[in-house]
Amino acid sequence: MSDKRLLLGDEAVALGALHAGLSGVYAYPGTPSTEITEYIQQSPLARSRGVRSRWCTNEKTAMEAALGMSYAGKRALVCMKHVGMNVCADAFVNAAVTGVKGGLVVLAADDPSMHSSQNEQDSRFYGKFAMIPVFEPSGQQEAYRMMAEAFALSESLRLPVLMRLVTRLAHSRAAVEVGEALPQQPLSPDDERTRWVLLPGNARRQYASLVEKQPEIAALAEDSRFNRLEMPDQVGHDGCRVGQAGVGVIACGIAYNYVRESAPADLPLLKLSHYPLSARQVRELAAACSRILVAEDGQPFVEEQVRALLGADYPVCGRLTGDLPRTGELTPDCVAAALGVASAATFPPAHNLAVRPPQLCQGCGHRDVYAALNRVLEEFPGARVFGDIGCYTLGALPPFRAIDTCVDMGASITMAKGAADAGLRPAIAVIGDSTFTHSGMTGLLDAVNDGSAITVIISDNLTTGMTGGQDSAGTHKYEAICLALGVEREHLHKVIPLPGNIPEITRILREEIAYEGVSVIIPQRECMQTLARRNRQKKGKA
Amino acid sequence: MKRDIKLSGVGGQGILTIATVIGEAATAAGLYLKQAEVHGMSQRGGDVQSDLRLGTEPVCSDLIPLGQADLIISMEPMEALRYLPYLAPDGTVVTASRPLVNIPDYPDETALLAELDALPHVVRLDIEAVAREQGLPKSANMILLGMAAPFLSLLRPEQLQEAVGRVFARKGEAVVQANLDAFRLGLSHTYQVSK
Repeated sequence: MSDKRLLLGDEAVALGALHAGLSGVYAYPGTPSTEITEYIQQSPLARSRGVRSRWCTNEKTAMEAALGMSYAGKRALVCMKHVGMNVCADAFVNAAVTGVKGGLVVLAADDPSMHSSQNEQDSRFYGKFAMIPVFEPSGQQEAYRMMAEAFALSESLRLPVLMRLVTRLAHSRAAVEVGEALPQQPLSPDDERTRWVLLPGNARRQYASLVEKQPEIAALAEDSRFNRLEMPDQVGHDGCRVGQAGVGVIACGIAYNYVRESAPADLPLLKLSHYPLSARQVRELAAACSRILVAEDGQPFVEEQVRALLGADYPVCGRLTGDLPRTGELTPDCVAAALGVASAATFPPAHNLAVRPPQLCQGCGHRDVYAALNRVLEEFPGARVFGDIGCYTLGALPPFRAIDTCVDMGASITMAKGAADAGLRPAIAVIGDSTFTHSGMTGLLDAVNDGSAITVIISDNLTTGMTGGQDSAGTHKYEAICLALGVEREHLHKVIPLPGNIPEITRILREEIAYEGVSVIIPQRECMQTLARRNRQKKGKA
Repeated sequence: MKRDIKLSGVGGQGILTIATVIGEAATAAGLYLKQAEVHGMSQRGGDVQSDLRLGTEPVCSDLIPLGQADLIISMEPMEALRYLPYLAPDGTVVTASRPLVNIPDYPDETALLAELDALPHVVRLDIEAVAREQGLPKSANMILLGMAAPFLSLLRPEQLQEAVGRVFARKGEAVVQANLDAFRLGLSHTYQVSK
């Protein structure tokens, strides 16, 4: 009997992993990947099976713990947004050198168009870099099916498998036909020390073995059921079509859907969802066509390889040639335009329209922090405020315009430190509680060791707010952490960010700005969203 | 047969609940469906939208192409206008009339509503005011869904009502009833104005 469920792409991945016999998911929240772990956390099946699913401190701890579970013989999933790959890259790349025991699937959710991100990096490059197979599903159903296959492939190759999603699949719902859940694997720790102890002698052997596996990895991709050459009537059928078909399309991941939306049904097409790039299929398509359009979300990963494969004389177009936009996510419209099918907007853009950027919630504690900070900094025109990643990044927008930088997780403290080292005064860092434990603590230790003149504000809303209120790793431990890192007791303050407390907060800020060393101020008040949710739940129970 | 629906509003207004009800009804009716949502940063008081595509045949793209939306359903009038280039030539806009002003440069309300009313097929209502007057303050979005129901064509209003019942069931009978009342208010408004 078939069981159909309406699932987000993220949820299809989560359920696919659970049905593949998953024993643990390891993740730090990040849009658009968050719902994978949340689905597993709420799944009765996961609960009954004891699937480990608590949030991790950051993507690196997640990746390493998942590798440990794999080492112990069980199937593990690591999930993150694309920039999380940068954080865990050390463990990720080396996991391809050690190899795995239990299946290990690394899921990276890319965010082309930067709906909630700082860049458009394409995680497929990481897969190629680490020399492992990469899956890129074209839809929710395929995402579900791929998980079981990815775990099996990971175990047969003894390598991690990378699965790449993009926002539009991660956050789009469709009906998914689901199957039975496979049993979980028993504990069976690996005992090949030479594989796992990456001393140079072992590492050289392991790396050579990874290189030796490449032909097999490529052959598996060429024969993958997720890659498909779709030729009209089998090109060549009427004797005159070979080489005459005009444009052929290579459609990667969800680009397949955009092509199928608007392209004529007889368009020769290579659907790609399993890498490395299948050279044989690209050559077959090229032979049947006179030109190839590469439609891929993200960066021109396949387009560059196809150009190299087919040589300078074969016309290949895509993002590099301007046939598709160089930046931003694909849309059915830009793909249709690249195929020469006219788009049909009847109504022009409206006149009475203004941009409506996201903003800090009414009543949010970050607002009071910025109100106090702005008041004090009126007295210090040379001051700079180094921001970080989270809801409080919205403090960069009006009405606050309170931060000068936002680069990556944790960079507030370290950039403030570097600027202070250069002589900048006052140098102020604003970082959220969850971002602090993710990547801020080590930077604070550097600042303490150097005695850098910085004022750090850890704006603690007791949750990971931006991604929807997930547990934050250090809740109620921030003072202890700062003291342990060497922050002096008299320069560590906890305040409650409320309008009535602004005089107290501004006084402390003035005093600590004057101090030529590390000070930490922790304004702590619960996120309005999680507070409202808790009140709703309480009301529901009453 | 297909029905492409652009849902829009401001973060926190409840457009995803409208999508959930239509999705539930469509799934029960055996229709094909894809629904692209917006999560994350833009939910904080910014503009939000969702593409909901229903069909008797499988749906390809998760996103609606320009000029193909049969229906724009919006919780806010300026947010309805934002997606005009997606509206099909004979498409309908069903929207709340009351602006949500949380930005300094919100357009002139009279001009904005005039631009809306100049469109060929528009149904609009101050749903928040109606919801308040009728003692249904939390169900404005279901008034809007009721207003849009006659234009969904692949789904009958009764199928949507049943879906409202199923979606809100776990919140108790009173909540189900309030949302059904809201739905019927919206539905009768559209029947009245389109007479």
